[in-house]
Amino acid sequence: MSARLAVAVVAALCLVALAGCGERPQTAGVNKQGKYQGKPDTLPWDDAPLAYGSAKWTQGDKASWEDAIKTRTLNQNEYVHIGQ
Amino acid sequence: MARMKFLCDAERCIACNGCTTACKNENEVPWGVNRRRVVTVNDGVPGAEKSISVACMHCSDAPCMAVCPVDCFYHTENGVVLHDKDLCIGCGYCFYACPFGAPQFPQAGAFGLRGKMDKCTFCAGGPEPDRSEAEFEKYGRNRLAEGKLPLCAEMCSTKALLAGDGDVIADIYRQRVTVRGKGSEVWGWSTAYGPPPAKPAAGSKS
Repeated sequence: MSARLAVAVVAALCLVALAGCGERPQTAGVNKQGKYQGKPDTLPWDDAPLAYGSAKWTQGDKASWEDAIKTRTLNQNEYVHIGQ
Repeated sequence: MARMKFLCDAERCIACNGCTTACKNENEVPWGVNRRRVVTVNDGVPGAEKSISVACMHCSDAPCMAVCPVDCFYHTENGVVLHDKDLCIGCGYCFYACPFGAPQFPQAGAFGLRGKMDKCTFCAGGPEPDRSEAEFEKYGRNRLAEGKLPLCAEMCSTKALLAGDGDVIADIYRQRVTVRGKGSEVWGWSTAYGPPPAKPAAGSKS
């Protein structure tokens, strides 16, 4: 009788332990751990250049925006200014 | 693809805090928050004193992003690390993870209550419509969307602080180091006072 009881207790404990393996993620909505959960951001080259700004690029064209930024970046090199 | 980075030249920085002031003004940063600050080491030691302007370094593998429990950080296509203030819970984990002390928390209440995290955005705004009032109020000005670079670097008087594509600013810095050489001429003693006097010959009376 006591052996049966011991087997039953062990089996019950195994079931309890196994229940832990079936745990579901307790996150709300479509949350994915490690992935950005916020609002999507817009891209700077998708904006039109300012009417009064010096930087000009074609709206939606990433390469032309990068060229404009590179020109601006190179302006930080005063050795270029001295040469002009 | 451009990967936006800051580079501060410690030989040029004169600790004027112009970058700090420009950032506060351009982004209307709240009281008690400094997105950028100047750190000086060996203060007052001639030749050994160095200053450097520090803000978010927009890490390629950002620790703040790794520890955020609500995953409010993201990388833009240009490599700028930004975050969504609507998600931030102000827990402060990012502050402990960041090696530069970039994340800042406004004191929102009388009992040490922390507000939502605020940090340098590389003047790239945040996840609100570009150049909108909502974006400006939450994150500051979006100068990248205006075809400009961060104001801290653009107005730096000695051009110690450079901002832009990492490869481009590395080229500028490399050229600078090659031209100026090394040793005392970098510090400027010889430039200011002329070459050191010749030592008297050995054995002569002084």
